[in-house]
Amino acid sequence: MSVLIYLIPIALFLGLIGLVAFIWTLKSGQYEDLEGAAHRILLDDDEKTDD
Amino acid sequence: MGQNLAIQDTPDNHSGINQTEETGYETLAAKAQDGNWNLSILVQGVTCALCIQKIESALNARQEVKTARLNFSAKRLYIEWEGDAASANDFIKIVENLGYGVQPYDEKSLEEGTKSEERFLLLCLGVAGFAMGNVMLLSVGIWSTTAETMGMGTRELLHWISALIAMPTIAFSGRPFFRSALKVLRTGHTNMDVPISLALILASGASLFETINGGEHVYFDSAVMLTFFLLIGRYLDFKARDHARSSAHNLLQSFQGFATVLQNDQTKRVLIRDLKEGMMVKIAAGEKFPVDGIIKSGASTVDTSLVTGETLPREIKIGQEVFAGTMNIAAPVTLTVSKAADDSLLSDIVRLMDKAGQAQASYVRLADKAARLYTPVVHTMSGATFLGWIFLGGIIWQDALMIAITVLIITCPCALGLAVPVVQVLATSKLIKKGVFVKSGDALERLSAIDTAIFDKTGTLTEGELKLKNVPDKKAFQLAASLASHSLHPLSKALTKAYEGQLLQLDDIQEHEGQGLSAIYEGQTIKLGSRTWCGDKGAKPSGFVELWLNIDDSKYCCFYFEDTLRSDAKNVINHLKSANIKSFLVSGDRREVAERIGQEAGIEKIYAEQTPLQKYKILENLQKEEHKVLMVGDGLNDAPVLKSAYVSIAPGTAIDMAQNAADIIFTGDKLGPVYEIYKTARKTQNLVKQNFALAILYNIIAIPLAIMGYVTPFIAALAMSGSSLLVIANSFRLKLGT
Repeated sequence: MSVLIYLIPIALFLGLIGLVAFIWTLKSGQYEDLEGAAHRILLDDDEKTDD
Repeated sequence: MGQNLAIQDTPDNHSGINQTEETGYETLAAKAQDGNWNLSILVQGVTCALCIQKIESALNARQEVKTARLNFSAKRLYIEWEGDAASANDFIKIVENLGYGVQPYDEKSLEEGTKSEERFLLLCLGVAGFAMGNVMLLSVGIWSTTAETMGMGTRELLHWISALIAMPTIAFSGRPFFRSALKVLRTGHTNMDVPISLALILASGASLFETINGGEHVYFDSAVMLTFFLLIGRYLDFKARDHARSSAHNLLQSFQGFATVLQNDQTKRVLIRDLKEGMMVKIAAGEKFPVDGIIKSGASTVDTSLVTGETLPREIKIGQEVFAGTMNIAAPVTLTVSKAADDSLLSDIVRLMDKAGQAQASYVRLADKAARLYTPVVHTMSGATFLGWIFLGGIIWQDALMIAITVLIITCPCALGLAVPVVQVLATSKLIKKGVFVKSGDALERLSAIDTAIFDKTGTLTEGELKLKNVPDKKAFQLAASLASHSLHPLSKALTKAYEGQLLQLDDIQEHEGQGLSAIYEGQTIKLGSRTWCGDKGAKPSGFVELWLNIDDSKYCCFYFEDTLRSDAKNVINHLKSANIKSFLVSGDRREVAERIGQEAGIEKIYAEQTPLQKYKILENLQKEEHKVLMVGDGLNDAPVLKSAYVSIAPGTAIDMAQNAADIIFTGDKLGPVYEIYKTARKTQNLVKQNFALAILYNIIAIPLAIMGYVTPFIAALAMSGSSLLVIANSFRLKLGT
């Protein structure tokens, strides 16, 4: 059972990474235009304008 | 696509006709701290990925533009640039030249609350989700073995870790329920959030108590899972409401467009909301009248279909009154403002809708009705259990308390709480796939109870678009279509749309206000217009809408137009009839037209020539007679009725305000979805009732056992999850069949 001493912290740590990633996506406004995101995937990358 | 939409939103309408030399957008630009300017505007006509790219790349190609980003969901364009505020007008012109309509947007007026509310819900949902994953991981271990095999020490360790994850999560993610429960308790009422909050607090509190005392069973997993699932429902509900709110908001913004005001022979751009009585306003052809007013100079034709539901445009001359929201079709006119924007007919309608909205708020959802019964009964029962065990059972108060808590937990409102939202979320997502958008779950609940349906005519029962009925002669058709292509008049547009060949080159094309068009072709004068102007006066009236072609006053040709019934309208009315629902037709259009369409559709009760207020009165009278009325309509004149009806449906071609007022929106050119939605609503309601029955049945069996103290914690946990799963499984039966 001593393996739990490693496994539980690892599991919690992985979960925490997921949570932090989620909070980051939320803070950076990635849920504000859900429909737009679905369309934007069809667009080509912006061409450089300085030519 | 309906006539309404074609006039309002097609970007082509905005290029060419509605261009203005000065726009006045620089007054709306805001300066940020870093010296850059920014501006948010609403863009109309954005429909696909290409629109995003066209607009953003055209703006980003400008040197001074720092950021240009189009929010597709909200149709809002944000531009940030350095340099001069006046560049704003150039940007607007760029977007307009691409073929999109532009409206000013006042960010401050947006309810800031909704945005932070959404973030808050998402954050709670995310935290609950991750906590659930981790607690479940531990629970698998806890529930799959016994304390003997696992060892008490390990088990306690797992309990403590679960507690460490679950307690903060409940405190954090449970807030939407706690807040709502507190709020409603303060007013002396209860809703579903009260038992939910109590169950969350008790389940986690009792589990913590068990953990501290080294007990064998804890329910952290149930509590966290309940939080997560309920939050999903809460978030979906919020999204639906938010969508409705933002479309209302965009509509109000249309009051904030600009109008060209004539002052001392000079023109000035003024925000519509700043227009005052007595001001002179110039309205270009193809522009909407921003306020109610009296025509001062010029003559034109007005499309009033959005406001009154009339299909035919009306002619206006000097001295006549025009209403805000109607569209000037033929020629530029000047008008004197008779009522400021705040007092216009349009705002009257908006106010009527507000009033109606407040009345509707008194509707009590089935789930809340259940909660009103459930809360006092369950709480009294567990209180009685506690006292009963102490005084009659003669056990110590700690044991009595544990039994009382078990009673509360086992009646856990999971099943009750899930009974309604699960079915409604499933029904809504099923309908979305069929092109039906349900704005709030309880709309289906209300729809299932209707006994009367009111239909609007133009754009609801009919396709809302005049269609050519006959082709008298090919050559004449070609000639007429070539001439018609130069006009914005609905009849001309219908004619051009019906014609699919080569257009002829015509000379000296002139528009005669309120009469028609004339041109020269191969030395002959051809005219296209009304019977009185260029028609064969001797011909018998047809009863349809007519457009006459006249070649050199010697040859006449007549085109007939008709707004046709949706192909399945009759079926829908029949189906409703067999479901014992009475149908009414209430239209603002002329009596002959309304009656013809009504009879064709098989509706017996027909009201024609109704003003918006009269329409509202008809509904009021029906509701006084205790009828539960469904309103189906698409126009501005239907909006108050849509809002105050027991439940309402609007086609996707309806104007924004009607869509905003309606509970449900359907797309496509058929009326069939109206009956489909009704059927789904009935089915949904049946399943909800079954779910309640299951939840109640479960409680009838479980509660007595719990009160008698027979239920071990393990059985309580199984029963809790079991009843929830049963309710969910039953709900999924909605997916079966069509």
